[in-house]
Amino acid sequence: MNKETLSGYKGDALQALKKAGAEIGDILRVTKDDRTYEGILIPRSENGNHKHIVLKMRNGYNVGVQITPTTKIERIGVGAKPTFQPPPLPKQKENLPKVAILSTGGTIASRVDYRTGGVRPALTANDLYSVVPELADIAVIDAEIVFSLFSENITPKHWTEISKNVAKHIEKGKSGIVIAHGTDTLGYTAAALSFALQNLPVPVVLVGSQRSADRPSSDAATNLLGAVQAAATAPFAEVVVCMHESISDEAIVFHRGTKARKCHTSRRDAFKSINALPVARLRDGKLSMLVEDYNKRESNRKLVLKPDFDEKVALVKFYPGMNPKTIDWHVENGYKGIVLEGTGLGHVGNHLFPAVRKAIEQNVIVAMASQCIWGRLGMTVYDTGRDLLAMGVVPLDDMLAETALVKLMWVLGQTKNTDEAKRLLKTNIAHEFSPCSMYEEEKQYDD
Amino acid sequence: MTIDYAKVGLKAGLEIHQQLNTSAKLFCNCPPKLFTEEPTITFLRRLRPTQSELGQIDPAAFFEFQKGVKILYEANNETSCLVEMDEEPPHQLNPEALEIALLVGLLMNAKPIDEVYVMRKTVIDGSNTTGFQRTCVVAMDGEIMVKDKKIPIQHIGLEEDAARKTGEEGNVIRYRIDRLGIPLIEIATAPVIYSPKEAEEVALAIGRILRATGKVKRGLGSIRQDLNVSIPNGALIEIKGVQELELVSVVIEREVERQLNLIKIKEELQKRTIKKEELKEEFSNVTPVFQQTECKVIKTALSKGKQVFAVKLPKFTGLLKKELTTGIRLGSEMADRARFWGKVGGIFHTDELPAYGITKEETEKLKKTMNATDQDAVVFVADSKGNAFDALKAVAERAREALEGVPEETRAANPDGTTRYMRPRPGAARMYPETDVPPIQVKPEYLAQLRSQLPELPEQKMQRLMMDYALNEKLARQVLDSEYSQLFEVIVQNCGVSATTVAVALTETLKALKREGFAVENVSDEQFIELFRAVGSGELAKEAIPDVLGWLAKNETATVAQAVENLGLGTLKPEELERIIDDAIRDNAALVKERGTAAFGALMGIIMKQARGKAKAESVSELLKKKLKQFA
Repeated sequence: MNKETLSGYKGDALQALKKAGAEIGDILRVTKDDRTYEGILIPRSENGNHKHIVLKMRNGYNVGVQITPTTKIERIGVGAKPTFQPPPLPKQKENLPKVAILSTGGTIASRVDYRTGGVRPALTANDLYSVVPELADIAVIDAEIVFSLFSENITPKHWTEISKNVAKHIEKGKSGIVIAHGTDTLGYTAAALSFALQNLPVPVVLVGSQRSADRPSSDAATNLLGAVQAAATAPFAEVVVCMHESISDEAIVFHRGTKARKCHTSRRDAFKSINALPVARLRDGKLSMLVEDYNKRESNRKLVLKPDFDEKVALVKFYPGMNPKTIDWHVENGYKGIVLEGTGLGHVGNHLFPAVRKAIEQNVIVAMASQCIWGRLGMTVYDTGRDLLAMGVVPLDDMLAETALVKLMWVLGQTKNTDEAKRLLKTNIAHEFSPCSMYEEEKQYDD
Repeated sequence: MTIDYAKVGLKAGLEIHQQLNTSAKLFCNCPPKLFTEEPTITFLRRLRPTQSELGQIDPAAFFEFQKGVKILYEANNETSCLVEMDEEPPHQLNPEALEIALLVGLLMNAKPIDEVYVMRKTVIDGSNTTGFQRTCVVAMDGEIMVKDKKIPIQHIGLEEDAARKTGEEGNVIRYRIDRLGIPLIEIATAPVIYSPKEAEEVALAIGRILRATGKVKRGLGSIRQDLNVSIPNGALIEIKGVQELELVSVVIEREVERQLNLIKIKEELQKRTIKKEELKEEFSNVTPVFQQTECKVIKTALSKGKQVFAVKLPKFTGLLKKELTTGIRLGSEMADRARFWGKVGGIFHTDELPAYGITKEETEKLKKTMNATDQDAVVFVADSKGNAFDALKAVAERAREALEGVPEETRAANPDGTTRYMRPRPGAARMYPETDVPPIQVKPEYLAQLRSQLPELPEQKMQRLMMDYALNEKLARQVLDSEYSQLFEVIVQNCGVSATTVAVALTETLKALKREGFAVENVSDEQFIELFRAVGSGELAKEAIPDVLGWLAKNETATVAQAVENLGLGTLKPEELERIIDDAIRDNAALVKERGTAAFGALMGIIMKQARGKAKAESVSELLKKKLKQFA
């Protein structure tokens, strides 16, 4: 059982278990003050205290037993080690489109270890087919684990790696690419890929899930099926985020990579398109486009890969009373770009002005996005905005603050020339700017 | 039939689930309440079977999923939040509920668990939005004494109640999630119960201990008993959801009877020398037989483009109509299976024909088409080919199981004490840890504190009820066994009404009203208190209590004052009473003249017709006597 022999146990509990020669999975009898517990030894959470051992009893329940000096532990048997026995694989249909599924981690395509409750990646093509056998009716899957990270641990270096992997699979002639990703920073990665993968011939679909795959109610399978169907057959060739549209298992929507934001901590429909409509919706197996202006699928188009990002860029949220030294610190530490997440139409307090001016004088690009999330900047309305513009702050209109950060990282990965960088920053590359702010953003079920 | 249960070798165990009367649900802060209005929120889900820890998928669950079953959940903001919708992780385990469970554990001499782990028990019928039920063991190895016999309590657990089913249309099942998350305490006894009567006594004893905490809900559905029943050569059958205590013994009686008769059928089948291989899953399209049929069910089905399919059960003739227990035949067991697996409305079989508009000629033709002799039975359904085949497959399977006696399965209790097929018995240990809820350590200091404040045990309470309230033994026992025992004391201490009056009203009166069909569980504590306050203050005569309770049961949110007004009750003013008496004397002047004070009995009857519920009989009698003396 690999290194897990006594996983999670420390202190008194570990000593007592070692003395008994017990390993995780063994059947133990624990006697304490004339009470006896029998069960399989279960790993303990890393953060648990050192005094209890956890047993899974015959009735399936786990209980924690506190170890005291008089507690007796006997090893009475070796438990059956559970193994993953996938059901028989569905038959592959070779004439179907070929889709790559790249896994970066997250709960979307994982399976639970029922013994410990831990979640482990399960992303060989076979695992996927066995967990979601319906995939075999949609596409021939080529699955690859790129890495296995919680999405909060993903950095711009990982964006680069994912982009190169996508390019490799497009090169191999895939009809579309699906990327399984944790939802926390899924929006950032989607924006990054939108800039790094230009002139796409096929769709690149990022997919996540808000309920882990071990639960019967998980959204993972539905989202994954939607993502694979879009990758295989959708008419668009853009980077999109594929998630539930509502809390029902009815419709899946595809948000533009530059416009998608996680707006809820836990709901299935956490992702929203901000200042834009979703690109498409999948309902009852039918995909319908919701926008007219999109990049169409064209398998002969040649992908342009620009996978470099400069990490010396910061997203700084303004708040009342903010210390201007926050900005100075970034300049002094070699940052080349700062995205200010300002208030309202694009403002920061005027006590920050000297720091902003100094940053710009030192060739740091200072850009503005709004912390309102919805709406467009208007920096010529009040003096504060006009003053900031006069200093050289770059207004980013209706771009999401997170997308602005990613874009500035990408821009500075393309050029070190400040003027060229500013020009690129203001150029609409992947629908990050909307020409008009529409009244109605969310179209409700209009098939 | 009379059964000697000791001879039969009956073994039964109880698993009692009782809703707790906490201020919040088990894993969120929503109130543990139900709603009756139209739902303001609905959402549609599909539950996907996941693999068990052994890498296997529950076949019944996977089957449902393949059939495309969807669940429409109903909710409102008053009774549920994102937690019940499975849109937010559970909050911490409700400490109030844990405390009640620990108290019950201590009252039953059980050993509390040092560190409590919440588990997920896979339940995929839609009754839980997550696809699992959160459950934990809080204490183990207790015991209670029932009629000098030690009944071991295996464990005391705490779990979330499930959503309640509100309907089913086609492949959409509707569930209301108001009940989901209400804390339930679970008490499991060892299978040491040897007669139906004993089961009822054990259930009653456990109920008394639960009520001793004063923290349990009351009313229909607030307590549910699951039973496991087995007899040698039969099978271990799990029966879910017995809602009434009085049904516990009936359900066990009927289950034993059912198993004994299934064993008889097995023996009969052995005599008829049938082999499993003869019961083939070969289905024939017999639609032509029913082209001209007058059977409404089949006619309707055919008009919708459905067809009739049949299976032959060789040598089964006469067995399908054999009664297993009141109203349940082998045929109905097959029909249950067909409904479950095939989603069909029901089945027809030759044992019951001709009937339902199916003629003798059609029956003969059917048998001929199926090559069936007089020893064979034929079962058929009218539905789509897919549903019909699934249904007939289930019928053939059930027939094969009849060769072995009693099939192991989970059954659901019907209100009449019979049971019906619910699902195959789930595999062992469908449980894995609920990682969203950290384990809870039960500290010795906390337990010591709980031990010092244990509520009084039922026997002690019994003594106290007799001493403090001067109740006779019968009434005291009725109060003790009533869901209202706690309310009883509150009312007596606060409303100025005699303990006996309150005790009679809360036990015998309520029971009588319930028997007459009044939903007395609808009457709230507040309404009871209001009612007895009115009686105590003399605004209402105690004779009016049954009428007011009956009215309140029908008018859930109304006040006692409204009841009094609507029923034309209320106490008569002295001058009004006097007028009634005077009128009566005047109207019966001849009688009074003739008999003098001896006319009392007759007049009393006449007056009470008008004054019942509005004046105390004693006051009427006193005043009438006075008046009669004046006349005499």
